[in-house]
Amino acid sequence: MCVSVYVLCVCLCVFLHCVCVCVCVCVSVCVCVCVCVCVCVFRHLLELLRRTAVHGESNSVLIVGPRGSGKTMLLGCVLRELMSLKEAQKNVLLVELNGLLQTDDKIALKEITRQLHLENVVGDKVFGSFAENLAFLLEALKKGDKSSSRPVLFVLDEFDLFAHHKNQTLLYNLLDVSQSAQTPVAVLGLTCRLDVLELLEKRVKSRFSHRQIHLFSSLSFAQYLDVVRAQLSLPPDFPDPKFSDEWNHSVTKLCEDKTVEEILRRNFNGSKDFRSLHSLLFLAVSRVSVSHSTLREADLIEAWRLISVDSKANVLHGLSILELCLIIAMKHLNDTYDGEPFNFQMVHNEFKKFIQRKSHSIHKFEKPVVMKAFEHLLQLELVRPVDSGVCKVQREYQLMRLMLEHGQVMEALQKYPQCPTDVKQWALSAFG
Amino acid sequence: MSRYITRLRMRRTYKWNGRPVGEDRKLKRQYYESMSISVEGKTEDATVSLGQYILIEGDDDDNPFVAQLLKLYTDDSGKKKTAVLQWFVRMCEVPQNKRKLLGRDPHPQEIFFYQDRSCDNEVDGETILGAVQIEYVPVQDPFPVGKSRDILFVKLLWDTKSFRALDPELMQPPQSPKSPPPSSRGPQTRALPTPDPSVMKRAMSGILTRGSMSTGKMSSSEAESLHSASKLSAAKALSAKRRSQAVSGPQVRKKLDLCSPSKNMSRDDVLGELLDERSEKTLTSKLNTSPTGRISISIRLTPLNLNKEECVSPLSSHSPDKPRMTAHDKDDAARARTPSRRKDSAALREPALAALAEEEHEDSPINTAATSRSKRKSAQLVSSRIKKQLNLLGNKIDLQSDGEDGDDDDCFIPSKIDLQSSSDEEEEAKIDSEDELIVKKHRGSGTSRSTEKTRVSARTPRKTPSKKTAPATPRTPRHATPSIPSRTAPARKPGNVLEEARARLHVSSVPESLPCREQEFQDIYNFVESKVIDGTGGCMYISGVPGTGKTATVHEVIRSLQQSAEQDEIPHFRFIEINGMKMTDPHQAYVQILQKLTDQKATPDHAAALLEKRFSAPAPKKETVVLLVDELDLLWTRKQNVMYNLFDWPTRRNARLVVLTIANTMDLPERIMINRVASRLGLTRMSFQPYTFKQLQQIITSRLNRVKAFEEDALQLVSRKVAALSGDARRCLDICRRATEICEHSGSQKNSSGLVGMSHVMEALDEMFSSSYISAIRCASVQEQLFLRAVIAEFRRLGLEEATFQQVFVQHQALCRVEGLQPANVSEGLTVCQRLGSCRLLLLEGSRLDLFLRIRLNVSQDDVLYALKAD
Repeated sequence: MCVSVYVLCVCLCVFLHCVCVCVCVCVSVCVCVCVCVCVCVFRHLLELLRRTAVHGESNSVLIVGPRGSGKTMLLGCVLRELMSLKEAQKNVLLVELNGLLQTDDKIALKEITRQLHLENVVGDKVFGSFAENLAFLLEALKKGDKSSSRPVLFVLDEFDLFAHHKNQTLLYNLLDVSQSAQTPVAVLGLTCRLDVLELLEKRVKSRFSHRQIHLFSSLSFAQYLDVVRAQLSLPPDFPDPKFSDEWNHSVTKLCEDKTVEEILRRNFNGSKDFRSLHSLLFLAVSRVSVSHSTLREADLIEAWRLISVDSKANVLHGLSILELCLIIAMKHLNDTYDGEPFNFQMVHNEFKKFIQRKSHSIHKFEKPVVMKAFEHLLQLELVRPVDSGVCKVQREYQLMRLMLEHGQVMEALQKYPQCPTDVKQWALSAFG
Repeated sequence: MSRYITRLRMRRTYKWNGRPVGEDRKLKRQYYESMSISVEGKTEDATVSLGQYILIEGDDDDNPFVAQLLKLYTDDSGKKKTAVLQWFVRMCEVPQNKRKLLGRDPHPQEIFFYQDRSCDNEVDGETILGAVQIEYVPVQDPFPVGKSRDILFVKLLWDTKSFRALDPELMQPPQSPKSPPPSSRGPQTRALPTPDPSVMKRAMSGILTRGSMSTGKMSSSEAESLHSASKLSAAKALSAKRRSQAVSGPQVRKKLDLCSPSKNMSRDDVLGELLDERSEKTLTSKLNTSPTGRISISIRLTPLNLNKEECVSPLSSHSPDKPRMTAHDKDDAARARTPSRRKDSAALREPALAALAEEEHEDSPINTAATSRSKRKSAQLVSSRIKKQLNLLGNKIDLQSDGEDGDDDDCFIPSKIDLQSSSDEEEEAKIDSEDELIVKKHRGSGTSRSTEKTRVSARTPRKTPSKKTAPATPRTPRHATPSIPSRTAPARKPGNVLEEARARLHVSSVPESLPCREQEFQDIYNFVESKVIDGTGGCMYISGVPGTGKTATVHEVIRSLQQSAEQDEIPHFRFIEINGMKMTDPHQAYVQILQKLTDQKATPDHAAALLEKRFSAPAPKKETVVLLVDELDLLWTRKQNVMYNLFDWPTRRNARLVVLTIANTMDLPERIMINRVASRLGLTRMSFQPYTFKQLQQIITSRLNRVKAFEEDALQLVSRKVAALSGDARRCLDICRRATEICEHSGSQKNSSGLVGMSHVMEALDEMFSSSYISAIRCASVQEQLFLRAVIAEFRRLGLEEATFQQVFVQHQALCRVEGLQPANVSEGLTVCQRLGSCRLLLLEGSRLDLFLRIRLNVSQDDVLYALKAD
């Protein structure tokens, strides 16, 4: 009884540790990214927003960078910093919009009105039609002036999606306000599209101040390794110093390991995005358990294996021999006809030839059975019709394409459990 | 009934009443004194006669024009009926920018005496809709409350420049030599100040019957609705009489009047006339002793007074709900008596006043005044309590009882009583006979009671709906005012030279003048000015690329035109601005125009109809409207109705509409407009050329205006660069602003001159103009760079600018092997490809296609190679 309670306690303790570690990893990501982002960009943005908040100067700026480059994070840090300024604290209204949520101007306007708590909002409900809302908001913004009304910060996440709204009404109006003597506003757009300015209409573009902040990570691999180490390490104020020491030591050791370095380098080569690193490390950390309470090399290798596996190869492993044979037949057809589409009849013929020639291990299947297998492949989308035919073609003669790379088929065959040798040979042979 | 529905579907026929009263041989005109209007579907004809206030059909159905009828004549043929008018204007007809001159919120029923020489005061007689009631309110007095919504109040005079106090003389119907006196009672009226008892009797019997009716029906509005417009001329006569009477005892009357801002006025007026100056003192002293229930009124009054008393009293016998003559009743009586208390000093006794004060808190402002005058403690106590309760009303009373005895005393003529008294003239015959019998029975007590009641009843409908709606109003924010909350601390002013320069360079800052657009300014100015002066309409089309100062120039033109309108160099006009981008739908243009013109809200279709009517209907005193339509191309609809209307209205004869349209493209009329629209737009076009570098330089210099922040070379560099690219002044200013920031940043590190120099400007230009693709490629990950390379290799192999993912992927794997990297699998390859696609370095087509995803480059191959080689 006593023992079991102890074990439970330990379990719980370790579990809590794990949770803590995970949380720490999450938190440290924020810090690291902010450090990595050029300090000067941070200062530039902060200064810009400060001027809006304090001097009532209208501005517009775009933050452009690939996915996972820390745009939102940067803005979050800047806003946090801004809000800690005493003179800006109570003087700023913040409106956050996301192009994925506010898919048209109507919704966006309602959301702006709601977040500004204008007078046509009761509770969470915004009254009035689209036209009324627009007129109301514009009137409200027009009434304000530089010195007396509170500056409004408009954060438009996924800015490029707003450019697809009809006539770009919202963008025009926001940018127009930012270029006229009305309520001071700062329009902050976040986007990953480098060509976002080309999306804007001429008149909208002219009203934009053309201030762009580009976030590209010019990170070297050594820095990347440091980030990994910092992310995995537990902070010094961790409640259990013994565990913390042990853990941090294991992390340092891990980072020096050659295999681990290789894995990290591959990940780094793939992308410098911290999100992909994060998901890799998260998988590794979540393998830590009571039996081994430190992060080991094997954990990371397993995590990498899980992450880097090819999705279609996995599907191939679950196919029957007949289906695999059909795939091989299609591969041969592709080789013969240089990627031209094929139909079921051709595949079937190819398969029959194989059976007649050297089939020892494979039964002769009836045509309907083969057809069934083919349809299964179709459902798995390993095979896809060229175009959903305008004219009704018999199913056997519908043109198809194989959605698999040559390499994928071969790899799947290698790993397929108990694959008949003659099938393997057939796949390897140059001719069908 | 007095709300005249002016929809077109109602057909009216106009007829002269009686024979012509005069003739002008020279002009071949025949003058008439009244005209009857019969409306289809109504049995009763309305009659308008000279001196009466009438409604004239205007372009706004809900607010027809108001005027006073001065003359009616017909020409030779007898076909055309013409009316000569004195106009009144509503607040909504006053130009928007002048409305603030009023200095307060206008009363919803307020109108202004219109004095403008230039205004045409002759209209077609057939535009008359009917009569309306107008009441003159002296300047200091509050607007009477609780009166019918159909009555309009006039307090001030509007002479197109300012609001002035209205001389009450102007409100009297002029005695034109050609036309006979306004009513048959005219001669008697003029016989004042010894008034004709019979007239007064009739007048008071009006009150009497009204009172009795209202006690019966408990609704004053109903009683009022009994008015027929045809009786108004008599009312005029009476009012004129009263006016002259009033002169005799202005002060006292005033004191009583001011306590009664509402319905009570009529009674007070009547009673006030009974008082003369000397009575003031006696009043206050005698007030202490209030009358008992039975009030004997001594007949040592002037004949007028006698009459009054006589006709006041019979009411009590008429009122059906008067079975009791209790103490309460006594109080009522006492209250009624208060004004005339002086008559019988002996009869007045104390206790009644106390009871009075205690019982009647709310609805006897007259009490308040009376008690406030009394020196008694208890009375003062009560009066203070009353004041508390009626805080607003009380305030007014206080104010006025302190500082009254104004100059305008003699002009206090509530026309209310006239109307009331006149309305009952037809009943006079019946009552006349009864009068004398009843008069002596119960004196006085009833009249005031009934008026009291009517007043209460008039008030209740006003209160109850507000109570009912009260819980509902907070839920539906119908009258929400659009506003952004104000900041706690005021914005900081620019601190140093660079900040000052930055503030001046911001596009939003309004420059003192607009340099470099003098020619365009002059052209637009001349165009608009000539149209405004001629009172005609026209269209102008202004085009130019963004940021060339189109809207700014038009605004500047309007500003200076408005200035000269202020100084009376040109007629007044109204400026309305709409923007195609600031509306959700082209048809919303109508709604916005209508709202800005008349503050009305309507659906697009209705608004279009109203505007159509407004711009096509002839209206003599219409101001020119200058309409600026920005971003015209967005008003395009398939049928082009909106554009058609916008350009068609100015061509109407009476429209007086000038339309200035702005768009970006020069050939917009040819490109998107169908012929009939383009033809109406006309050929008055102007195009704004992009600024040249000299102009840009001048713009910056004039904006900076002696704030020394830029080196000369730096300015030149910016303007040359921008002029070469777009000629967009906004861009130029933004670059300069950015340069000041950079300068400020670097200035803190190594202090040079403190001025914005070449290097700063170069940096700013680099930031704004340099393409980010190259740096994006340089910062991409290894696999991404390899993939780009693979794309180029595949393009070269195919000789096309497009490849499928499968093809590129093969190249990619080969390149990986060359580079000594482990080849990526398909999933990884696709991830890399998608990431490049999301930055738009690659253009991808439908990720569903998977291996057959088509790939194109969004950057030139050379750029990619350059970026990759530099590594």
